[in-house]
Amino acid sequence: MKRGLGEIWVYLAANPLLWLTVTLAAYQAGLWLYRRLGCRPVANPVLLAIILIGALLFATGGSYDDYFAGAQFVHFLLGPATVALAIPLYRQFHRVRRAALPLALAILAGSLSAALSAMGLAWLLGASWRSVISLAPKSVTTPVAMGIAEKLGGLPSLTAVLVILTGIIGASLGPWALRLARIRDPRARGLGLGVAAHGIGTAQAFQDSEVTGAFSSLAMGLNALATAILLPLLFRWAGW
Amino acid sequence: MLAALTLLLLCQLAGEVIAQLSGLPLPGPVIGMLLLFFGLVIRGEVPDALDQAARGLLDHLSLLFVPAGVGVVLHLARVGDEWLPLSAALVLSTLLAIVVTGRIMQRLGRPAADGPKP
Repeated sequence: MKRGLGEIWVYLAANPLLWLTVTLAAYQAGLWLYRRLGCRPVANPVLLAIILIGALLFATGGSYDDYFAGAQFVHFLLGPATVALAIPLYRQFHRVRRAALPLALAILAGSLSAALSAMGLAWLLGASWRSVISLAPKSVTTPVAMGIAEKLGGLPSLTAVLVILTGIIGASLGPWALRLARIRDPRARGLGLGVAAHGIGTAQAFQDSEVTGAFSSLAMGLNALATAILLPLLFRWAGW
Repeated sequence: MLAALTLLLLCQLAGEVIAQLSGLPLPGPVIGMLLLFFGLVIRGEVPDALDQAARGLLDHLSLLFVPAGVGVVLHLARVGDEWLPLSAALVLSTLLAIVVTGRIMQRLGRPAADGPKP
């Protein structure tokens, strides 16, 4: 029996295959566009892919749950990819060890300035308190940030979005900010990108060099640790 | 390749178990990263197969953030209402954190053997 296109769509839309394929295809379209536009960091492939998929969901009336049922296979790989960051870190460990103290100070300062300035600015400009709390862990890698937001009373799924946007902003405007601030040391560039923009910043840092990428991976991990410990303490102390 | 992927997943799994048992505020994969790191330090080299598997995952690291990012569709109303404070906070705080971190590292962490690239 032949089926109409509408019926086929209904069948496919409930099947993980469709949205998994869409995720990969949209990302490749984003990459293609990024290269066509001269690899300008502002044309971030993640952002382009999110816009494409969001528009498709909107046009077809699909729900995020349907989408995630397929996309979860890609999402799952974040775990093993995080584990795999141990390899560039190991390769650059001799550089890390030589600069342990400045590294710790830089990450701590960056971690606090990311969280406090985001909360302060949003609060001053009139964001709701829930949004302010959800912003606090926005520089931390997605799974940790969601856990922190939940603990503090924010909205974990909003935090996930803010985390991704932060990563895109850091990866796209970060190289420009680094140039403006005349930060040329690859270790310093990596730490900045990793602290402020977690994995997406780290992906950008690897475009720079392996040293930059390794320091960015390290900064991402240590910032997750520092923020996960410091933010709940800060909230308890401030009585928020 | 298969062995390497299994090793990555085993590290992650051990990381999850440690996170649950210890109550550390760290997620499983980050503990898994530390476990693999110490394993590599003990072994003293990166096996080729592991290197290849890791490269396959890390070459497209940013793809892995797409599914969570599409979650923005769940929050369009809130983001629409609060777009000014949210976007100002995101952009300024992210740039501030990059510059603060990078500046401190560049000032304090004097390069040793390998100097900064021009």
